[in-house]
Amino acid sequence: MPIPISYNIRNLRLRKGLTIMTALGIALTVTTAIFLMALLAGLKRAFVTSGEPLNVLVLRKGSEAELTGGFESATLQTLKYLPGIAQDNRGEPIASGELVVVIVLPRRDGTGEVNVTVRGMAPVGIELRPKVRLAQGRWFTPGQREVVVSSSIHKRFSGADLGDELQFGKGPWKVVGIFDAGGTAYESEIWGDVNQMASDFDRQGGFSSAYLRATDPVAADALKNRVSEDQRLKLDGVLETEYYAEQTKSGRPIRFVGFIVAIIMAIGSSFAAMNTMYAAVAYRGREIATLRVIGFSRPSILTSFVLESLLLSLIGAMIGIILMLPFNGMTTGTSNQVTFSEVVFSLRMTPAVVVTAICFAVLMGLFGGLAPAWHAARQDIIAALRS
Amino acid sequence: MTLTRFMTKNAFRNKRRSLLTVLSISFSLLLLTLMMTIWRSFYIDQGAPESAERLITRHRVSLTIFLPRFYRDKIRALPGVVGVVPMTWFGGRYKDDKPENFFAQFATDPGEYLKIYTDKAVPPEQMEAWQRDRAGAMVDVELAKKHGWKLGDRIVLKGTIFEVNPELTIRAMYTAPRPNNALYFHMTYLEEAVPWYKGQTGFFSTRVASPEAVAQVSREVDEMFRNSPQPTKTESEKAFQLGFVAMLGNVKAFILSICMAVVFAILLVSGNTMAMSIRERVREVALLETLGFTRGTILGLFVGEAVMLSLLGGLLGVLFASGVVQLLTRSPMGVGLTQGMHVTIPTQVVALMIAALVGFVSAFVPAYHASRVNIVEGLRHVG
Repeated sequence: MPIPISYNIRNLRLRKGLTIMTALGIALTVTTAIFLMALLAGLKRAFVTSGEPLNVLVLRKGSEAELTGGFESATLQTLKYLPGIAQDNRGEPIASGELVVVIVLPRRDGTGEVNVTVRGMAPVGIELRPKVRLAQGRWFTPGQREVVVSSSIHKRFSGADLGDELQFGKGPWKVVGIFDAGGTAYESEIWGDVNQMASDFDRQGGFSSAYLRATDPVAADALKNRVSEDQRLKLDGVLETEYYAEQTKSGRPIRFVGFIVAIIMAIGSSFAAMNTMYAAVAYRGREIATLRVIGFSRPSILTSFVLESLLLSLIGAMIGIILMLPFNGMTTGTSNQVTFSEVVFSLRMTPAVVVTAICFAVLMGLFGGLAPAWHAARQDIIAALRS
Repeated sequence: MTLTRFMTKNAFRNKRRSLLTVLSISFSLLLLTLMMTIWRSFYIDQGAPESAERLITRHRVSLTIFLPRFYRDKIRALPGVVGVVPMTWFGGRYKDDKPENFFAQFATDPGEYLKIYTDKAVPPEQMEAWQRDRAGAMVDVELAKKHGWKLGDRIVLKGTIFEVNPELTIRAMYTAPRPNNALYFHMTYLEEAVPWYKGQTGFFSTRVASPEAVAQVSREVDEMFRNSPQPTKTESEKAFQLGFVAMLGNVKAFILSICMAVVFAILLVSGNTMAMSIRERVREVALLETLGFTRGTILGLFVGEAVMLSLLGGLLGVLFASGVVQLLTRSPMGVGLTQGMHVTIPTQVVALMIAALVGFVSAFVPAYHASRVNIVEGLRHVG
């Protein structure tokens, strides 16, 4: 017969100080782990949701990113009339030749300068990205020195308010609108007219990349293959979704550091939990022996103590999750290792993150509780009763 | 029996508990030392003395935009400049995309490279062999060891930024005080294969006569190209490297918050242990008081015991940290940021001081309460 769980709950309540201190220790570890996982989840979301499944991104052959790509603008004319490209309501193919450069902007809080991606595009480029919505102002006018900035650029950098002028390239650019990128990688970009940009960055007659909208998923696949296999073009086509999925590797340094930190802290907390559980067992030597005399079996005592340790770690996990809640949604930036520019993303405590954190705490509880519980179950009844 | 011996005996009266406490504290201290080491190498360490004399000049807008090669002679003509060498990040792949096969590759001018990077030591005959062979490469001894390369071996890199796959022969190996696991090859080789790269370079590395000249020369370089189509940004080598750290995000806040969490965790662990062991000894305290020990002495005994345990944990943690840092500097995931990192003695001393302080603080409250226990009640106490 199992020992009722209320026995363990009462025991934890009896030694409040000890329980709270141990649980807090576990909570700190859980908080750190959640923080790191939420960072990665936010980063992943920024990339994964960025791509439109019907968009085909065209890059120079062998190039892995828009920034290192580049081809002659005449090539776009060939691309535009490939079969399978969707048309807008005027019957024009939906294809945008784009120019991507990285510029340096000072942070608003004065903590230094950061690389930011500037994207020059054809007006149809906006149509190619339906997830991006205008939040304030209007879109840029072709042929004007106007830019639209993402809401996070607007928040994080100085000179990025509506009506302000941003200095880059060969002169000032007027900020006419602010767009909301809906958590995608465009959250860290500044958009303007491609021809204006090309002359500012001395890149006339060339594009970094091209975006093509296919009519349907089958056409998208065919289009991608056609671009890659055409020997004259010397270009590679990739689905936009695939392109961004590849970029999640920017999170590798964070994951690496995070992993080490979480493991070390978890080992430390497990030892602390073990200590608490050993103390709990030691205090209750007689009690345990009594339980055995009444007829509870060794396995049920073992289970009971492991459960108590799990309970302790779960309390820790709960405190940890609550401690982290205020940070959910906080935005931060890291550099994209493919484009060398900043990616802005927010901390996301997704259900997966929370569940992983709880599992992590349970593991700590198991590791900390098994040895003491074993010790409790193996106690000699007679000796324990006499002590 | 002296008081110290009494204290030591007490600290280990429950061996398992003391061991677990020490281990728990040591893991926290390991993390703390690690974070302090990273902090130090990013923000305090000025690098090798040679590094303080080097400047990096890059395109003002972005590192990814090239500069015209002719800037080299203009920079060289400035007073205080000892030498200038053009460098280009090649960014090629070796074998596959796995992070453990990643290493830095630069196209440069072998004729002058080692005059700027005087901290890299190469046997003269190897240097000559590298300079003579256009398809030759110079590699870090550590990198060669890792991949099992010998002089004369041929390796192939796959270009990602440049559409060329250089086939290089290893002609020279350098040893650096801080290994950077890099490969250098002739920029002329790259120029011949990639027409658009002709006359361009990624950035310039300049050596000046003294560290004091750094600020002056950087200003002059940037001033010279301010109104040209390709303006420059010049900064010390250290500042240039810090730029990459800044790209990882708000690293300072990140490290600080981990340190805070860790210190707080040790406080909890140590406080917990002391509370447990003091609670068991209420009767003993009362006994000590009847024997004539003052409250101050008793307080000192308990606090000393906690400090001893946490110091022991700290010592272990600091030792572990040295090992982990060793591993990190060799790990492929560090991607250059962890190179040359090591745990210094001041860092170790600070870590131990923090451990002692935390031990002191954590024991103070329970010990104070114990020392104030009424003798009669204490003797009656059933633990």
